[in-house]
Amino acid sequence: MAVIHDVIPAFELFQPTSVDDALALQARHGAKAWVLAGGLDSFDWFKDRIKRPEVVIDLSQVKELRGVRQAGDGLEIGAMTTLTEVVRHPMIREKYGILPNAAEAAASPQIRNQGTIGGNVSQDARCWYYRGGWPCYRAGGNICYADTPAGLNREHAILDANRCVAVNPSDTAPALIALDAKFVVRTPKGERVVDAENYFIGPGTDITRMTILQPGDLLTSIRIPSTWAGAQFFFEKVRDRAVWDFALVNVAAAMVMSGGTIQRIRLAANGVAAHPVRLTAVEAAVVGKQCNEETAEMAGKLAIQGAQPLQYNGYKVPLLRNLVKRAIRGEAA
Amino acid sequence: MNLIQWAQSPWGQQVPIHISWTLLWVSAIGGLLFLIVHALYVSIWAKPAHSAGSSGVSGAAAARIPERVPRHNLSARLFHAIMALAMLALLFTAFLPKVGVQFPWVTYHWIAGIVLSISVLYHIFDAFLGQDFWSIWPDREDIEDAGRRMKRALGQAAPEPRKFAKYPLENKLYHLVVMLAGLSVILTGLFMMKRVRTPIFSRNPYLFSDMTWGWMYVLHGLAGIGFVALVTVHIYFAIRPEKFFLTKSMMFGWMSREQYLEHHDPQRWPVGEEIPPTARPESKKAPA
Repeated sequence: MAVIHDVIPAFELFQPTSVDDALALQARHGAKAWVLAGGLDSFDWFKDRIKRPEVVIDLSQVKELRGVRQAGDGLEIGAMTTLTEVVRHPMIREKYGILPNAAEAAASPQIRNQGTIGGNVSQDARCWYYRGGWPCYRAGGNICYADTPAGLNREHAILDANRCVAVNPSDTAPALIALDAKFVVRTPKGERVVDAENYFIGPGTDITRMTILQPGDLLTSIRIPSTWAGAQFFFEKVRDRAVWDFALVNVAAAMVMSGGTIQRIRLAANGVAAHPVRLTAVEAAVVGKQCNEETAEMAGKLAIQGAQPLQYNGYKVPLLRNLVKRAIRGEAA
Repeated sequence: MNLIQWAQSPWGQQVPIHISWTLLWVSAIGGLLFLIVHALYVSIWAKPAHSAGSSGVSGAAAARIPERVPRHNLSARLFHAIMALAMLALLFTAFLPKVGVQFPWVTYHWIAGIVLSISVLYHIFDAFLGQDFWSIWPDREDIEDAGRRMKRALGQAAPEPRKFAKYPLENKLYHLVVMLAGLSVILTGLFMMKRVRTPIFSRNPYLFSDMTWGWMYVLHGLAGIGFVALVTVHIYFAIRPEKFFLTKSMMFGWMSREQYLEHHDPQRWPVGEEIPPTARPESKKAPA
């Protein structure tokens, strides 16, 4: 059990200056290699001595992974672009305001200066037991300590739990799903572009991973199409401490209206499952409906269908319902 | 290589958590090696166990045997088909994710496990009440004949072994091993369902101690990877030309009179009208 924060165990450090070099290093060291972005998730693991990689590949010197570029009629954000850069970028603020809202809700200014958008969407699950080094399902064991009658599960999943009940803590992930972003992944076989919601995987599919990234894969950039540029956006994050905390639940929505009727909508929530959840049933139900209290009520009820609260997280059910209602109403906090 | 993966429980106890998944490859490669060696042995060294037409039964007695000798009734065949489908579903859902094919496998796995459990429960009752229960268990004659075959294969003098009863010794031994492995996976699997969310059982991860749970996962894993080799070998024998009549009998329920007389001893597996002992040549009787 890791309780003492001590010096980080030794590892071999590589600082490649290009994506090709980084991929070559990953290919050479395989599962022994740990890819380091901003380091905010990684150093917790290292200092707790729960993850002890033999090799660390630090991406901080890879310039091609940084910055925001025009890509077609949309934008491409390098995976190593910091959350602060995302928050401050004028074009992102102008056309895709939901993303800076979500990025600004993440952690503290200091952390946002160091943390990257790639790291934010790829960070590991938040669970006391898993992070504490207990041999749970996600750590390769055969039990979930949180999903027990006496387990501390106030922050855990109400949807899509499958043995593990940990949640995905990312704030930018639901916003990127709402924007229909595409994640660009370089693999040993070439480049792969996946829809944002398909970048994340639940414990039913692979209980030890949060994303599709396999050893040797690298998230290089995130592309945001113009489809939702200038839409009506909603992002709200509920947390225990307003200044600096992970989301208990967050909801992101992009909506195009016409004469009070919802023409198009994309809606996603996080903090409720081990992966950000795109609320497709709600989307399908509200398209073509008037944006009014009745539609919001129906959307809220649909959003929580199938929710299975644990001993101490029942509050997340009305929380998700009400956030979705507020998203439909367009009542950003 | 560690055959079992261990972890430290929250109470500081070293507990097993499951087998090393490299054993999956050991089992798969072991099964493949067995069938390669067997195929080479049969095609290069082995001689046919029985020559065609050496029925050991007089023409008149043979005529009393039906043209289609019933071997597996509909109940047994249906059980075998359902059990086989459930077993394949269990193996694919268990091991495809281990070799990189990712999908939400847990629900499919426990549903297939329930189907297997019910079919095996049915089979146990059916075997007791509706089948010739003892025909699948090795008996003294099987052991004696196995010894004779072994001696003759090694070039030593030994009486000619008898033909098989309803099931060859290999079938009986296979059934025995499958029964042990099957009961292991079923019993451990049913308990393991208490650890996942299903509409059947309420979850209770504290039903056993961490140590007991750990050994249960190890036993489940060992029996599971054992089935990889067992099923590989079973499918191999099912499609071998000289065994295919047995496979057909499992599909259609019967074998021909000629196949029956060629491979089976009517005294040990009597069918149709009873064949009087005088109808059998003395040379084919078991030596005292």
